[in-house]
Amino acid sequence: MIRDQEFLRDIASYCIENSKKLGATDVGVKVIHSVSENVSFRNKKLDESNRADSFAVNLTTYIEKKKSSINSSDLSKSNLEKLIERCIDATKITPSDENNSLPDKDLMSKEIRDLNLYDETHYPNDKKIEFLKKVEETAAKDKKIVNTEAGFTENKNNFILANSNGFFGGYKTSNFSSSCVAVSKINAAMERDYEFGSTRFLQDMMKPEEIGKIAANKAIKKLGPKKIKSEKIGVIFDKRISKGILSTLASAISASAIARGTSFLKDQINSEVFPNSINIIDDPKIEKGLGSQNFDSEGVETNSLKLVENGILKNYLIDTYYGKKLNLKSNGRSGGTTNLYFENGTLSFKDLLNSEKKFLYITETIGHGGNIITGDYSVGASGFMVEDGELTYPVSEITIAGNFKEMFKNITLANDLEMKYSTNAPTLLINQMTVAGK
Amino acid sequence: MSNFFKETDIDTSQAEAIVTETLKNCDDGELYLENHKSESIVLDDNKIKSSTYNSDQGYGFRAVTGEVVAYSHSNDISKESLRKSSENLKDTLKSKKGTYNHEIPKTNSKYYENINPIESKTFNSKIDLLNSVNNYLRSKGSIVNQVTANFLGEHKSIEIIRSDNQVLKDDRPLVRFNVSVVLEKDGKKETGVYGVGGRQSYDDYLKDGSWKDVCDEAFRIANVNLESKPAPAGEMKVVLGPGWPAILIHEAIGHGLEGDFNRKKTSAFHNLMGQQVASEGVTIVDDGTLHQRRGSLTIDDEGTPTENTVLIENGILKNYMQDRLNARLMGTKSTGSGRRESYKHVVLPRMRNTMMLSGKYSQDEMISSVDKGIFAVSFGGGQVDITSGKFVFNCTEAYEINNGKIGSPIKGATLIGDGPSILKEVSLVGNDMKLDPGIGTCGKAGQGVPVGVAQPSILINKMTVGGTKL
Repeated sequence: MIRDQEFLRDIASYCIENSKKLGATDVGVKVIHSVSENVSFRNKKLDESNRADSFAVNLTTYIEKKKSSINSSDLSKSNLEKLIERCIDATKITPSDENNSLPDKDLMSKEIRDLNLYDETHYPNDKKIEFLKKVEETAAKDKKIVNTEAGFTENKNNFILANSNGFFGGYKTSNFSSSCVAVSKINAAMERDYEFGSTRFLQDMMKPEEIGKIAANKAIKKLGPKKIKSEKIGVIFDKRISKGILSTLASAISASAIARGTSFLKDQINSEVFPNSINIIDDPKIEKGLGSQNFDSEGVETNSLKLVENGILKNYLIDTYYGKKLNLKSNGRSGGTTNLYFENGTLSFKDLLNSEKKFLYITETIGHGGNIITGDYSVGASGFMVEDGELTYPVSEITIAGNFKEMFKNITLANDLEMKYSTNAPTLLINQMTVAGK
Repeated sequence: MSNFFKETDIDTSQAEAIVTETLKNCDDGELYLENHKSESIVLDDNKIKSSTYNSDQGYGFRAVTGEVVAYSHSNDISKESLRKSSENLKDTLKSKKGTYNHEIPKTNSKYYENINPIESKTFNSKIDLLNSVNNYLRSKGSIVNQVTANFLGEHKSIEIIRSDNQVLKDDRPLVRFNVSVVLEKDGKKETGVYGVGGRQSYDDYLKDGSWKDVCDEAFRIANVNLESKPAPAGEMKVVLGPGWPAILIHEAIGHGLEGDFNRKKTSAFHNLMGQQVASEGVTIVDDGTLHQRRGSLTIDDEGTPTENTVLIENGILKNYMQDRLNARLMGTKSTGSGRRESYKHVVLPRMRNTMMLSGKYSQDEMISSVDKGIFAVSFGGGQVDITSGKFVFNCTEAYEINNGKIGSPIKGATLIGDGPSILKEVSLVGNDMKLDPGIGTCGKAGQGVPVGVAQPSILINKMTVGGTKL
């Protein structure tokens, strides 16, 4: 099973000692072991089983302000010895950069809190198979469902992060996830939809029947979509995709995008970016949280951060390197956000749908049409028309477009926030976007 | 004879014995061994931002019977680890009985040399070139706001051990060189990105100052975009330029013609074999045999030699792309399209170099036939929903067309269409087929593999352009 801290620590120490012997002035290293077991089903039959057992070492060596890195999956000391030598050789001839350094010692994480991120329960493959059978039996009940796929993955992970300033920290994490994809058909046309659950603890997993039922219902509802005419209209983002707005915000306020001048939110700190009812929080210390962590990818202590307060941008996401460039201290966000969410709005889902006569309700977007530099946004979309508060008919083969700066200022949140992913948002409305269709 | 067992407690013949024993009641399977070295050197914001060297090695052991795939992978190449994997595979397939198919075609052709691009150019000369790129672009004036350039190089050695001691090997070089520039003028910022690459050494793409061409192209695209105005919204005619815009073919048609989706009947194309799916002038192939191209392979990741597979000939759907599993279940032969990102991944049928062949029209004829539409020259990425057939791609350089003439550049917009019907909307096929510069990576089921695309200019009668201007 999963290797213990002592084993990983021994390798980390070996890397640090050997790098220093060869001339490194500073060293950072991460050693990871993960074991993952996956079973997938298709049309109520076993389709694939997959077992993965992987190690990884990520080592960065510094000689004063010069820096270079190596990654390897082979933990044998003979291999590591060769790679460390290679890393030091590359470090010597890489140009200096005054911002290269390990994090300040006083910012490092001092204690490791048990955030309840590890469930040692092993869910054997035959149990996974029973679970998936139930998922698919429920999903395939309706005759309009012509194809189902379901999968269950169990993942156990242990790591240690260390540096030559004496920092050593690591802990185990686990993850259980299950998904179902259902394909519905009417005449010759097919639609696909899915449901997905991911938890730290097995006992918190959604019921299999629920996963199957939701996937099937969603796929059936999508059948017979229409293409609508091009117009400006209020667009409601389903919870599955509304969190994408937060991911965009996270990219735009990363210290790297700000320092490089490649963000549409550059120079917007302490300015109103969202309506004043909106608060956005990044909290790494949520028990059992999918994005929870004790420290960031450099070992810097992470604490809850209000990114946006009453609509005003309050904080960037700062790591050591870009922090130095911006003359700001790392706030433990090397590696990005943790558990990122909008605080709930005030309107119920129903009231939001009723707030105007007509909306476009989007359940899925495709394409990577967001530009962080300009804020321009244009993606393919599918969903439903909403008329008088009711979802009337499915819509597809359209695009929605706008600019994030304006979109952010025109957001209204519902009060249906759920903590289902590491980034979470309630259903949200963006008033007036351009829809291109016929 | 094998390079993989040298420093382990197991030798080739013992490994072969485990493979044969594990697969004796299976339809197919193999032990896939891989050694992968790669490097990434990035210049950003006037500095060498990072230099990273990766060394990865491991095996993926696969057993297949009927429709069921059992897979186990590890980076610990040892007797105990292989035994454990073997037990795991046998346990999954314990209630199944298959007959091993020993037949695998052999090839003498090689589509690239066994060189290691990482070692064939010194670290210092890579750093020097990145600095030259930065200086060259920044010398174009204070309009240059940001320059990023990087080298990505790799060398992958694979070995496939099949039942009864058949061993197949391949050594694959791959490089990519990218430049991205951000320009700023009157408070407006725009990006231009360009890159080159393939299965040769870096210098084959960068010598004689040709790296400057890469810089100039990135600069040109960013400069065009500085002048761009909001893109139109709605259905209109679209002229696609030659080369890289063929990611339209890749997304709209290519994925839907991969064997797995058709065997599972989840592709919008699954019941269209032999039927007219495109206008008559349209022929599309997927070719793994082009020399030194990014998507080319001497053998695929199951050991099958690659080929030039005709997918659509004069508008008629002729073939799907197949790996061994889907070919067997569909009663046909592998087209050498079985690929995996690494030993950590199962084999899937994938594209290699997907190309629409030339027709007889000139690009000028196409543009002058359009009253109102857009001319799309370059793209970012694309995506497709295989089941509904809807696909998108993002323009990174496009112009409006008014009364048969190219007008102002327009802002990046997503184009959306329907895979099975889009090719029927192709009304003119150009005579200027071009290969892309060697930069494509295709993602499927979480696995990225290098691919190529090619096409001539084409005129599409009707597509939805996702701009903001009504």
